[in-house]
Amino acid sequence: MSGAEFVPLSLTPILIGVFTAVACALPGNFLVLRRQALIGDAISHVVLPGIVVAFLVTGTVTAWPMMIGAALASILAVVLIEAIRRLGRIETGAAMGVVFTAMFAGGVLLLERSDTSTVHLDVEHALMGNLESLIWLDAMGWASLLDPVALAGLPPELGRIFITLIGVSAFLWLFWRPLKISTFDEGFAQGLGMRTGALGMALVVVSAVAAVAAFDAVGSIIVIAMFICPPAAARLMTNRLERQIAWSVVFAVISAVMGYVLAGYGPLWLGGTNAVSAAGMIATTSGLILLLAVLFGPCRSRTGAPSEG
Amino acid sequence: MAHLELATDHGQPLPDDSVSESPLAIRGLTVSYGEKPAVFSVDATFRDGSMTAIIGPNGAGKSTLLKAALGVIRPLSGAITVYGKPLRNQRHRIAYVPQRASVDWDFPTRVLDVVLMGLYRQLGLLGRLNAQHRARALDCLDRVGMADFAERQIGQLSGGQQQRVFLARALAQDAELYLLDEPFAGVDAATEKAIIDVLKTLNRQGRTVVAVHHDLATVTDYFDRVFLINVRKVAEGAVADAFTAANLQAAYGGRLATAQIDDLELAAH
Repeated sequence: MSGAEFVPLSLTPILIGVFTAVACALPGNFLVLRRQALIGDAISHVVLPGIVVAFLVTGTVTAWPMMIGAALASILAVVLIEAIRRLGRIETGAAMGVVFTAMFAGGVLLLERSDTSTVHLDVEHALMGNLESLIWLDAMGWASLLDPVALAGLPPELGRIFITLIGVSAFLWLFWRPLKISTFDEGFAQGLGMRTGALGMALVVVSAVAAVAAFDAVGSIIVIAMFICPPAAARLMTNRLERQIAWSVVFAVISAVMGYVLAGYGPLWLGGTNAVSAAGMIATTSGLILLLAVLFGPCRSRTGAPSEG
Repeated sequence: MAHLELATDHGQPLPDDSVSESPLAIRGLTVSYGEKPAVFSVDATFRDGSMTAIIGPNGAGKSTLLKAALGVIRPLSGAITVYGKPLRNQRHRIAYVPQRASVDWDFPTRVLDVVLMGLYRQLGLLGRLNAQHRARALDCLDRVGMADFAERQIGQLSGGQQQRVFLARALAQDAELYLLDEPFAGVDAATEKAIIDVLKTLNRQGRTVVAVHHDLATVTDYFDRVFLINVRKVAEGAVADAFTAANLQAAYGGRLATAQIDDLELAAH
């Protein structure tokens, strides 16, 4: 494929897919190790009512009201989960289950009961996003990457997810040691004087930001997959946290690029005519990578000695 | 430090029992997880340079007492002072060894990395790890007989080896007060010997050791003071004075057969 075709039509969707996948996979490593992997799932569900309410209030589907609505819904969900956990004296997972199913159901109900027929806001869009449509029509070829006029026409989702990725990376870099220590041994971390509750909350908030930015670009399926599949597969490749992070980034990039290419060309190779959803295919690819890691990963068996003795 | 050496020279607890001098003083501590308090209105003064066992039946609040002293759990009421000052500014003087079973040993990291966690207060968020730090961590591993395991994945260790790694991490903290939660639980005889040797060495250097302890048979050999608790404080003092049949009966209630206590008393004298 020539640059004149690739740059405007495929470069930006691939970059957005890659940035999204990495921004979700990075905090996903800690969520998986903290047995909180479903938080990504929870967040991507709870943002739906926030987005619908934002639409009902503003009447448009522009990005900023949507993202503010999603962020407010995430905060509401975190508060509700914490309140139910404390008042009901139940574990976090159960409280999360109650909150995110209720909020997602509320979102679907709002969506169905309100008149959103005039705009592109429906359940399928919320789940799958529309990665293929994030094209860069101002580009004429590779030279456009140096052309300020063409660059101004880049899809805004690209800038938002890139800034999100920088923010997520900066958070992990800055709080690497506290995150590692408190994820392994929370009691010891607290003994050192770390505010592990605040740190855990910060991790969830950072994950929520990544989820909302990703949701904006590619829908919630990819968010759920990227929080869990690359980190889980990476854990099976190594017994060192530093290397696990590196593997998860590699797997996230492979999922995004391969998923996009397979979605666009896979059906044609198989004799079909229509391309399939890129976000759905990216999620599928990450699932296949996890399957391969489960079957063949070098560190897939629990190496732990019996806990007694 | 002269003060600490004095305690070592005589091998005796200092006569000074004032709260202001104590490495760890607890006043009116009440902690509750639910309706019932786990620890109720407990006062404790751990003496400088002493080696104290916290003893009591299961659910007596032993671990809770330690965790509250460290600020890990928030008490309903009570005041904690460490070397006469609020805990907040004194954390660098405390090393803590949590229960081995409280963490997931499948966590992807190496033995040396766990010991390096003990240097966090020195390194801070972004301080660079250098060869000196690594050498110090290796030295701490050597002191517990685990130097050969530095590169191992922690999941490959036996229970006793895990406990030694936890102790090495506490050694890396180079503290004055060592708080240990059941350091001898479920470890092999060789590990138990290695751990008590390290603790006694620390104690000879003038450091204060406080350990939650289960095995009543070894109290007299390992410790010079005991603190008996069953939600409320039962007794506190030198082993010879406080580790008595009456106090054990009071702490354990019917859970300890009289015959067992008789055996202990024989061992004690």
